[in-house]
Amino acid sequence: MSNILSWIIWLPVIGMLVISLIPRDNSKIIKQIAAITSGIQLLLATYLWQVFDSSMGEMQFMERVEWIPSFNITYILGVDGLSLPMVLLMALIGFIGIFVSWNIDKAVKGYFSLFLLLNTGVMGVFLALDFFLFYIFWEVMLLPMYFLIGMWGGPQREYAAIKFFLYTLAGSVLMLIAILALYFTCGNTFDMLVLMETAPVALNGMLWWGMSAIKVIWVLLFIGFAIKVPVFPFHTWLPLAHVEAPTAISVILAGVLLKLGVYGILRINYTMLPDGVFWFAGALALLGLINVIWGAMCALAQKDLKKLVAYSSVNHMGYTLLGMSAVIAASGMNGSNLISAQAGVGGAVFQMFNHGTISAMLFILVGVIYDRAHHRDIEGFGGLASQMPVYTAFVAIAFFAGLGLPGFSGFVSEAMIFIGAFPVFRTIVIISTLGILLNAAYFLWAFQRMFFGPANEKYNDLPEINSRELFTVIPLAVITLFLGVYPRPFLDLVSSTLNLLIESVVTIGGYAGNL
Amino acid sequence: MSNLESLKFFWPELILSATALIAILSDLFYERKESHKVSFWAIGGLLLTFITIRLFGGSSVNGLFMGTMALDPFSEFFKILIVLSTIIVMLMSFNSSELDGYRKGEYYTIMSIMAFGLVMMTSAIDVLMFYVAIEIVSIMSFFLAGYLKRNPNSNEASLKYVIYGAFSSGVMLYGLSILFGLTGETNFFAIKNAISQLGPDSNLALILSIVFILVGLGYKISAVPFHFWTPDVYEGSPTSITAYLSVAPKAAGFALIIRFFNIAFGSNSAMGSDEWSSLNSLPWPFLIALLSAATMTIGNLVAIQQQSVKRMLAYSSIAHAGYMMMAIPVMSQSGIYGIMIYLFMYMLMNLGAFFVVMYVQDKFDGENFDAFNGLGWKMPLLGISMTLFMVALTGLPPTSGFVGKFYIFAAVIEAGNQYYWLAFVGVINSVVSLYYYIKVVRHMYFEGERSDIVSLPESKLTTSLVLVLALPTFFLGWYFSPLVEWANNSLNFFLGI
Repeated sequence: MSNILSWIIWLPVIGMLVISLIPRDNSKIIKQIAAITSGIQLLLATYLWQVFDSSMGEMQFMERVEWIPSFNITYILGVDGLSLPMVLLMALIGFIGIFVSWNIDKAVKGYFSLFLLLNTGVMGVFLALDFFLFYIFWEVMLLPMYFLIGMWGGPQREYAAIKFFLYTLAGSVLMLIAILALYFTCGNTFDMLVLMETAPVALNGMLWWGMSAIKVIWVLLFIGFAIKVPVFPFHTWLPLAHVEAPTAISVILAGVLLKLGVYGILRINYTMLPDGVFWFAGALALLGLINVIWGAMCALAQKDLKKLVAYSSVNHMGYTLLGMSAVIAASGMNGSNLISAQAGVGGAVFQMFNHGTISAMLFILVGVIYDRAHHRDIEGFGGLASQMPVYTAFVAIAFFAGLGLPGFSGFVSEAMIFIGAFPVFRTIVIISTLGILLNAAYFLWAFQRMFFGPANEKYNDLPEINSRELFTVIPLAVITLFLGVYPRPFLDLVSSTLNLLIESVVTIGGYAGNL
Repeated sequence: MSNLESLKFFWPELILSATALIAILSDLFYERKESHKVSFWAIGGLLLTFITIRLFGGSSVNGLFMGTMALDPFSEFFKILIVLSTIIVMLMSFNSSELDGYRKGEYYTIMSIMAFGLVMMTSAIDVLMFYVAIEIVSIMSFFLAGYLKRNPNSNEASLKYVIYGAFSSGVMLYGLSILFGLTGETNFFAIKNAISQLGPDSNLALILSIVFILVGLGYKISAVPFHFWTPDVYEGSPTSITAYLSVAPKAAGFALIIRFFNIAFGSNSAMGSDEWSSLNSLPWPFLIALLSAATMTIGNLVAIQQQSVKRMLAYSSIAHAGYMMMAIPVMSQSGIYGIMIYLFMYMLMNLGAFFVVMYVQDKFDGENFDAFNGLGWKMPLLGISMTLFMVALTGLPPTSGFVGKFYIFAAVIEAGNQYYWLAFVGVINSVVSLYYYIKVVRHMYFEGERSDIVSLPESKLTTSLVLVLALPTFFLGWYFSPLVEWANNSLNFFLGI
């Protein structure tokens, strides 16, 4: 299979075309086709993981096809230790998402077609190595997402959908300017691997309106990615979109889409503008801190369980920013502390993956209770532990994983991030550990209010979590527990690539003073 | 070249004028309700014109008709654009119920004459020819805008169009006469030579004449602040004519601006912005950049508030003129072919959008957003196509609209960081435009009742015309090499003159 990456990307589109041929009444067959398509995609992704050589940090399984030669646009794909975990995550969440949406009965054909299209867009972003292609996939995601939120969402869905669309589009058009500026200043190419080599040299010392070109491009790209993460103050679209979106879409949104921002910063900002990393690392750590504290405080104040989980995503993504900023620890100026840079960046990537599985689990479980009680008001429940014991057990797992209890994967990644960032950003790390405390506070408090105390009579005969729902939750719970106890396989998978990344940032990037 | 010798290079235009005459004559032989059959003659003639344009493709002859016209691949590109859009609009008009009850023969005749004027605009290299061509187009557009003579809105549209048009062409003529006074020449190349002989004391007169000429041309492409006629005219005219006015005259207007300013005021071999601005002491590129930013911003901001989709598209077409104008101050080769690519993409998606609006107007009796409620469920083909047109007009990939915008932005950014602000204004405007374009999609899918009965448009012509416009809008977003090559080649010859 020489073009396995193309298959992984385009398979959902094939599924979508097949679905479009089926009459709209056969909703069962449509769902089955969607499930089979994502199933094959998951198998392909697993196969890719098996044949992937994790001792090599470079791009593997590269594909290169001429596309628009007059503008040097090429169809380039490749996978390395940074993108592979994200591909696996998307394949898994995409597959699970189909089953989470099994109960959709409104316009089934449209829903599953758009769901598969979204899958293609996300996979494409993770695997594209040509900037033009990357941008196309980045934007292809928007329209399906707009429809999925706006058509199948909650009461305020239209507002949530347009807010999401406008926010992300505003970010991505700034990115387009940056992409074109890079193209014309760095040797007329969109090839990311080439840009990684040429950009630091070409942009060195270039001034635009008295500002360093590196800073300008960094900020343009960063805003585009920060809106997706979302970094405070660009996070306001997120709680709304999450609350209004149908369960499966919240799962995809929190589980995978938020990672695109962090992935973009690591893949593009870090490799093409290493000088900018040193300039911006402090701000990145500070923004991470704000995300952690702000997200946790907001979560604490929520009455709606889904909103609480949404704000917990803001909080969790804050840790990844903090971890990424630790890369500067490896530079000579900061004592050549390679270990802490590795711990920080490795922790950030691990946190991305863990947040993907944990938040997916949380949103699925929120969906389970919403389907039964038709509301998500934390105060409206009570004593659910006696009414739905199995469900309670899974919520407990998810909540504990979310608050970073040792034994769950979230703990490992957060610990790595703190260890990594501590030597360089001591104060920020100390304050951000407060976030862990707040994390525990909102999760445990919500747990107590919902599951303990006097049982609400209204919900005495709520049906227990069913086997389909268990089927969607169990794999995620197993992964979380397994990686919490034995994170080695994951870290081995990413370490070679991240070492290369750290090395290139540190050796190519000078000091912030150079800008 | 003498007039007789020139004729053999003039086949497309000759056929086009013969088409108009045959259309008039044939109309005499048709009954009133058969009168629409004139369109067969007109479309046939246009197809023949299209073929002859292709046959003469690639040849490059300068100075036809005593140095008043040029035949080159640059004009060929625009001629094809104009003939294509005329054919498409004629086909669109077949099923337009707005035109029912009017004698349609003249309608097609006038459109053929207008196409002739537009084709002349793209190849004029003499100030007189340029003025005559613009007037042919303007007068025919006044007729067409007021074609619904029993409809007060249509009358208003025509009257406003006449007043604005007469005023701005008067101003332009004044500018042209100042230019003639300064140089004593009417041919673009001769003007250029004469200008280079002028001393600095004629700068003021030169600036005045350029501003006046810009008034006339700005009116044709509906650039701010000469755009005030656009919404009313577009709203009152028959929808098919609105579609036509928003595409074809704009294309010809841009062709004329590019040719006139490049030849008369620039160095025609290498279009460096230095020479362009050194010609006179005012910062011209900056002024046009400012106009462009104002055009797209005002067009977009006003479009947001519209209740009628037709009027919204009218304002949005002002915004699109602004995007295209972005590439003029840059005055680079990539800027010009950016405009050409944009115009081609814009023709497909804008005609498509107007066509769906026209269909909805006829079928559901209204052009407000509410008329679109539930359309996506009732008629999936129209819903998906309209979504595609809206997304393309916003400029999102993977549609042709993105490719057009991409080339324009690329040209602006390539020009260096003094124009980054313009690119910034441009992209922010694209985001703003998303709001009103997606509003149509919202009404089609999120509002109104969801119907279980799916239908196609009754007429096969409608269905196929929508597909003819929608499919390229989608596929040109993925593969646009041939178009880019074509635009690029057209330009090489233009520059080589």
